Parts: sequence; structure tokens; C-alpha cells
Amino acid sequence: MANSPMKERPLSPHLSIYKPMLTMMMSIVHRITGIGLYFGMALFVWWLFSAAHSQSYFDFVQGFVGSWFGRLVLFGFTWALVHHALGGLRHLLWDTGRGFDLVRIEWMARATIAGSVTLTLLIWIAAYAAR
Amino acid sequence: MSMRTPLSKVRGLGSAKSGTEHFWHQRLTAVANIPLVIFLIWFCVSKVGADRAEMAAALSNPLVALMLVFTIISVTWHMRLGMQVVIEDYIHSEGSKLICLLGNTFFSLAVALTGLFAVLKISFGG
Repeated sequence: MANSPMKERPLSPHLSIYKPMLTMMMSIVHRITGIGLYFGMALFVWWLFSAAHSQSYFDFVQGFVGSWFGRLVLFGFTWALVHHALGGLRHLLWDTGRGFDLVRIEWMARATIAGSVTLTLLIWIAAYAAR
Repeated sequence: MSMRTPLSKVRGLGSAKSGTEHFWHQRLTAVANIPLVIFLIWFCVSKVGADRAEMAAALSNPLVALMLVFTIISVTWHMRLGMQVVIEDYIHSEGSKLICLLGNTFFSLAVALTGLFAVLKISFGG
């Protein structure tokens, strides 16, 4: 198999021929946020590690996290986390065999976007209000 | 007449060598992640500008340290499974796929162990 010469084989219709639809974009975004969070977790652990390492190293990392760019990354991380979590809830519902009718699928997709943006903003407003 | 051993028949896995563990662990960690992620967001956002003493004080609370331990384990397990699917979907040559799958395991383990070590060290007073 691995050694057989590659032949030009007909491919079934793929991404590029479909009109982008909300549910399809949600599926793609779920995967992209997952990949983002994968690397985001490394940043989170880097931050914890710096606190375990030394004062000077922690100051360096916290300086980055606390900067406008660091806060932007953390804001994106928060949104990705909320969005992926809400998308995950939909998947858990689908795992039970429920929620597959078109009306509900469309409704849940919209609710996920609205929910992830609203919750992320609320989290940050609450965090800034609390300090 | 079947050439399969009785053990292989009982396992019922065939040439795939594994069964539903991947699917099940993905769901198991997904459910665990729901409360853990809420905690993780709270922890991150509330400690953005904190100094080191504040971090140490937060982690000296065993509940906070334990929640971080749970979160790191569940999340890194979940992300390894997820990235494995992404790799298997997009990387088709056997060699690169194997290297990516190895890298995925090493990366996830490194993130997990670094995080756990840091949390425990700070929590134990270091």
C-alpha cells in the first residue's frame, strides 16, 4: 500500500464546492478553537511554571501576560474555551441521538455563537469589576 | 474455519486493535471539562496581573491546587485525543503521521507534567 505508485483517482466533492453554511462553519470553528486551545494550554502551563521557577522569570512571563498583547491572547483563549465548551455541549446532546432536526441544529448554532461572545464579555467585565 | 484465537474473538476488535476507548475517553473528559473549564477561566482571569505572592497564596489552598491538578489531567488527555483525530484526518503519509502522533503524545505529556509539577511545587510551598 505505502509503496504503490500514486494514481490520479477521482475525489468525491469536497469543501470548496459547497456554499459555506452556518452549521459547517461551526464545525470548522469547533476544530480550530480546539487546536488553538491545544497550544493555549502550553502558554497556561508556561505561566504556572514561571511562578514555580523564580521571581525574575515570573515577572518576565507575567509582564507578557499582563501586557495588552498578552491580555488579547488571554481574551481569545477565554472565547475559544467558552465556544469549544458550548460546542461540546451540543455534541454531547447529539451523542444521545437528540437535536438533529434542522430547525434545532440551526437554532443551537446561533445560540452557541451568541452565548460564547456574551459569556466571554461578561467574564471579562466581571473580572475587571472585581478588582 | 476461523483462524482467530478465542481471545481475539472475545475481544472482538479485529485488525483495528482498539475499540471504543477513544470515543469514550473523549466524552468522559468532555463531561469532566465542563466544571473544570469554568474553574480554569476564573483562575486565569482573576490572576492576570497578580504578583508571585498572590499566586502562591492562591495555590496554597489545597482545593485550588487540586482543581488545577484535575483540570490539567482532564484537559491534556482531552486535547491529545482531539489532536490525534486532526492528525489522522489531514496527514496521510504513514511516516509523517507516525511522527506527528508521537509528537502529539510527547507534547500533551510535557504540558501535563510541567503543569502538575509547577502546581505541586508552589502548593507545597516552593
